[in-house]
Amino acid sequence: MRNVRLIARLDVKAPNLVKGIQLEGLRKMGNPNEFALRYYEQGVDEIFYADIVASLYERNSLLDIIERTTSDVFVPITVGGGIRSVEDVGAALRAGADKVSINTAAIKNPGIISDVARRFGSQCMVLSIQAKHHGNHWEAFYDNGREHSGLDAIEWAKRGEDLGAGEIILTSVDREGTAKGFDINLINSVTDRVSIPVIASGGMGKLEDINLVINEAHADAVAMAHVLHYNHLTIGDVRNHCKNAKIPVRQYSKEEDVA
Amino acid sequence: MSSVIIVDYGMGNIKSVLRGIEQVGAKATLSADPDVIYRADHLILPGVGAFDDGMVGLERYGLVEPILRFSKSGKPLMGICLGMQMLLDKSEEHGEHQGLGLIPGVVEEIPRVSNGVVRKIPHIGWSALKQVDGGCDWKDGYLSHTKIGDFVYFVHSYMAVPIHKLHLLSQCEYQGLSINAAIKRDNITGFQFHPEKSGEVGLKILKEFINS
Repeated sequence: MRNVRLIARLDVKAPNLVKGIQLEGLRKMGNPNEFALRYYEQGVDEIFYADIVASLYERNSLLDIIERTTSDVFVPITVGGGIRSVEDVGAALRAGADKVSINTAAIKNPGIISDVARRFGSQCMVLSIQAKHHGNHWEAFYDNGREHSGLDAIEWAKRGEDLGAGEIILTSVDREGTAKGFDINLINSVTDRVSIPVIASGGMGKLEDINLVINEAHADAVAMAHVLHYNHLTIGDVRNHCKNAKIPVRQYSKEEDVA
Repeated sequence: MSSVIIVDYGMGNIKSVLRGIEQVGAKATLSADPDVIYRADHLILPGVGAFDDGMVGLERYGLVEPILRFSKSGKPLMGICLGMQMLLDKSEEHGEHQGLGLIPGVVEEIPRVSNGVVRKIPHIGWSALKQVDGGCDWKDGYLSHTKIGDFVYFVHSYMAVPIHKLHLLSQCEYQGLSINAAIKRDNITGFQFHPEKSGEVGLKILKEFINS
């Protein structure tokens, strides 16, 4: 059995959690640490932080947010945005992240994927692909969906795997923040092509959206933002839905605090 | 208050282990000092990454000998993830490499295909802990308050395979394959999963460790 992971995605423009539509029109949502703790208490499987500004100054603020998160959240934390070198990865891990996700730097220098995998292990190296539908294929974008890479997103996913990525977070820029459901064709095309885990991101609007992305697109994990941040759904709602829909997930029950 | 030394040899995210130990009420210190490591009350060997890098890291800091000496003291030693795998004799990751040899066995790649099942590697995610027939009793180790079927977080591409079944403490099932989740020999315990990343279930395990 392979249990589907339920991941809360927190886009950060330090010091705030923000949420946009198709990665634009950002709205301030509040303190990211409070959101992370709320999701942890709901039984989230992982936390995914993405720094959507990623200047040097903001990156340091993001590392502060990560450090604070590790004091009350005891599930894996991935951090992405603005990671340009093996040294940046080391700094993120020292702050308490378990994995890093890399998009822009990998497009500009694919060798960073191998370097990070060799130094910290492939399980630490998450390739972030922001795909936009374009004619009859999907193109990988960078800088939060603003810049064309010219790369075919599906081929880029395969190349990323070959270079040593341990996981892919695949965001449909078209669906992101729209709550219209995941881009099933995109996600299925990637899961068909690679044998590493794929996290589906962008578009989750209602519980039933999970069924298609797992059963038909074969995603290994789902990242949720909008539906959680606006309190439309809790992680518990999603987990119960999965159980009822026979989608294997971690069983979670809130226990007394051990500390 | 118990004090725990976490071996700091440059491999991966040890901050989380430190925070986990603090959360359950012990003092935790990172150290690469052979003397501090040898004199620890409780010792944790953490680590993520490649096996040979891990052993090279331990050797560079001169920590192999102090860890071996500590293990003979009877005081609690816990290896996590790569730290667990290094407890064994050797690994086949990127060529053959010698481990610490504290628990007889080898580290092998998780088979991508077996019994007709094609599985995703790395194994990333939450899996349920099971007991092992003929293995160690949970009552005697850090799983004495863990329930069969409790979920913990794994992330790995290689797996520890002890020679003797009696050193198996727990297994999980991953796409038709039994993976050794916890191994134990006397005062030495290894967890393939990350107790510090496994929510309340994992914190409970850390709590038992510091109280041992």
